[in-house]
Amino acid sequence: MTSDTDPVMAEDPITGEEIELPADVEVGEIIDSPVTGTELEVISLDPVVLEEAPELEEDWGE
Amino acid sequence: MQIGILYSRIRKDEKLLLGELRERDHEVTKIDVRKERFGLESTTADVEDLDLVVDRCLSTSRSLYATQFLDSYGVPVINSPETGDVCADKAKNSLALAEADIPTPATEVAFTKESAMEAIEEFGYPCVLKPVVGSWGRLMAKIDTRNAAEAILEHKETLGHYEHKVFYIQEFVDKPGRDIRVLAVDGEPVAAMTRSSDHWLTNAAKGGETQSFELDDRALELVERASEAVGGGMLGVDLMEVGVEPEADTGETSGTGSGEYTVHEVNHTVEFKALNTATDVDVPAKVVDWLEAKAAEAADDEEVTA
Repeated sequence: MTSDTDPVMAEDPITGEEIELPADVEVGEIIDSPVTGTELEVISLDPVVLEEAPELEEDWGE
Repeated sequence: MQIGILYSRIRKDEKLLLGELRERDHEVTKIDVRKERFGLESTTADVEDLDLVVDRCLSTSRSLYATQFLDSYGVPVINSPETGDVCADKAKNSLALAEADIPTPATEVAFTKESAMEAIEEFGYPCVLKPVVGSWGRLMAKIDTRNAAEAILEHKETLGHYEHKVFYIQEFVDKPGRDIRVLAVDGEPVAAMTRSSDHWLTNAAKGGETQSFELDDRALELVERASEAVGGGMLGVDLMEVGVEPEADTGETSGTGSGEYTVHEVNHTVEFKALNTATDVDVPAKVVDWLEAKAAEAADDEEVTA
């Protein structure tokens, strides 16, 4: 986990643009890319790495 | 306590839970099930010192296997694999509710297009066809005509996975534009809300509007019994009101129900972010209160066994 106050910057893996993540971002969290709206998964925090999130699968849910 | 969270995706729900656990200084181990292996006697996941593991897997198949393996190593898991097994499958879910004499929609399962068609014709139109495994209202069909039934059955038969050939057919319950979601821990409600929509599917995941709901004695009783019927745990119990008459002048239902319900399903990896927003209840705090009690229970059991 990062500090609650530090902004977390990362590279959007699709567009290459720098995007800001919530300060309390978690590994495994899904972020909507502010550039394309694509779902991105936080793979690691040190360094911050994002990847396109897996597609919805049939057995996902509650 | 040392608590493990099984996950493959951190949703808002898991984030709320993690925040509350950390705020109380519990030691949290996040276990991404995609990265682990589960052997017959041990796992690569670091679970040895955990007091409790909470299953928050988004994928039902991963949830069922991972909890079963952890349970076999003697790691206390919420929810138990037995509860998961019943809740993950709509047919098993319906059977468990019916066996416990809990009002639940009339349901039949058929294994061929022909026998499914017979069931549909007997229910009459509209009726409902659901996948036995699935969530968020996906692939649910309200069938209004024989032509639609024939087309849907044919499509389902060609979808590929064998589960689509287990045809789960249910009476259509004419609910008053809303259903009720209750988050309960071992049968005790944490919070309840209605999910309303003009569409026949009212799931919050489908965009249903949510509003806090006060459970009456009958609903409280049904929630407790439904939880017990599936083996208890942290559950999302879904009820529909039956016998609610619309207002004569507007055609809309008032906020008050008839006091009679049918329980259509119980969910074992329940999402609660919508409940946390719709109600005044601090849902993650209540959930963590309960998890602390469960961890203490598990520790006591271990002492007795040792």
